[in-house]
Amino acid sequence: MKPAAPPLPDTRGSARPYWAATLRDELQLPFCDACRGAIFYPRDFCPSCGGRAVTWRRCSGRGTVYSYSVIHTHPDPAFKQRLPYTVALVTLEEGARLMTEIVDCPPESVRVGMAVAVKFRRVSEDAALPVFAPAGART
Amino acid sequence: MKRGATSIVGVAESALGIVPDRSALELMGDAALAALDDAGLGVKDVDGLFAQTPYLWHPSISLGEHLGVSPRFTGSTNMGGASFVGFVQHAALAIEAGLCEVALIAYGSNQRSGGGRLVTGSEQLSFEAPYGTIYPATSYALMAQRHMAQYGTTSEQLAEVAVAARRWAQLNPKAMERGPLGIDDVLASRMITSPLHKLDCCLVTDGGGAVVMTSTARARSLRKPAVPVLGAATAHVHRQVLQMPDLTVTAATQSGERAFAMAGLKPADIDVVQIYDAFTINVILALEDLGFCSKGEGGPFVAGQRIAPGGALPVNTSGGGLSYCHPGMLGIFLLIEAVRQLRREAGERQVGAVQTALVHGIGGVHSAHCTTILGGAA
Repeated sequence: MKPAAPPLPDTRGSARPYWAATLRDELQLPFCDACRGAIFYPRDFCPSCGGRAVTWRRCSGRGTVYSYSVIHTHPDPAFKQRLPYTVALVTLEEGARLMTEIVDCPPESVRVGMAVAVKFRRVSEDAALPVFAPAGART
Repeated sequence: MKRGATSIVGVAESALGIVPDRSALELMGDAALAALDDAGLGVKDVDGLFAQTPYLWHPSISLGEHLGVSPRFTGSTNMGGASFVGFVQHAALAIEAGLCEVALIAYGSNQRSGGGRLVTGSEQLSFEAPYGTIYPATSYALMAQRHMAQYGTTSEQLAEVAVAARRWAQLNPKAMERGPLGIDDVLASRMITSPLHKLDCCLVTDGGGAVVMTSTARARSLRKPAVPVLGAATAHVHRQVLQMPDLTVTAATQSGERAFAMAGLKPADIDVVQIYDAFTINVILALEDLGFCSKGEGGPFVAGQRIAPGGALPVNTSGGGLSYCHPGMLGIFLLIEAVRQLRREAGERQVGAVQTALVHGIGGVHSAHCTTILGGAA
């Protein structure tokens, strides 16, 4: 049987600083020392230019909705109890694109291109999930 | 790989639909033996094995054991549902290199009777799964939503793909869903992961399929007309949708361009098209990326039942994954239908004297793209 708890992020390896930062309500990513591009998902090299040195920096937390989908059914009881909810791909100001959830916004009001800002939802001792709300929304 | 040097000489399905008393391996074996019968070859003629299925950890090795084949060349590269279309390229290369002479490509799955959900192994997408996406449907939904926002594609246009598939399935006695279906029925079906409704999504069935290949020189002496492989190519860019650079452009742009170049053909030369239709949006994106219409025009292109029986471009003439069968991976069945059309064995759904067919496999979440172009049977 599936557990009632949703799947948790794997906080080990190259992504460790990413998840550690979420516990401080910060969105941090590695940036390539060579091409300066944001790297997501986190790696300790740059898949864009092949650079082998990266520096972690805090992101602004602002971005825009690149695409979204309202989930109306889910086999996992942990998600079923929250239906419907809106998952989205959000493009950060820094250029990286994340899978996330849009919160504080009715599903029917979500739009492609909408400005959003990050919030954090604690899911374990080791991680908070970055989620996004309409920019300027009450936090 | 040399244009036309190898050919498909046998194709077959196992029992399809709901087959509760056969395992995935048995369905794969059933299809393999039937495809060898179709070719007029015996199991001991096989010296190359290519298999993939989510239900076996070592697909080609298990198939070899099951059939009693110890191959000279073997492969189970996992390109998702596109694997079998990609295996045509692998088999062609192995045959041309003299590493094997008769290659068997096979698939089997009891996804329907085994519980409905496809086994996807222990891999968890750590930056996606915690958000409650439905894998793989939500990935395709995100592509559809982006295509709608960027190009004005509509739910009605997506539904056109499902309705066209159903109209082909009505001409295919082996298809699972053959009842009447209209645009409104698709739009009225339950929303799963917006903008995809239940009837924008493929079936869940049991089934196996197999394809036999050999050199075109040897093929001439076999039972059925040989169907030559004119071009084949594979491409992938991302594994998970959050790494897809542009949700409206797939690696079919690469695989299609290379396969067409090898075949010396262009989209206008293709008589019949088979595209992996796990979801309605797949067909629209692939028609654009393979060059059958320009980027963003896929929605209007499929409108007015243009890809249905009697339409300008016959697409998924078996009824596809949307209405014929979809036992987890569809690629092998796209090849089988293309070969039947080229051999003029497609009965009521035969689209005339077909001389060229394009088969486009898609694996993962529009991740792997395998394009194979087949020529006229001789």
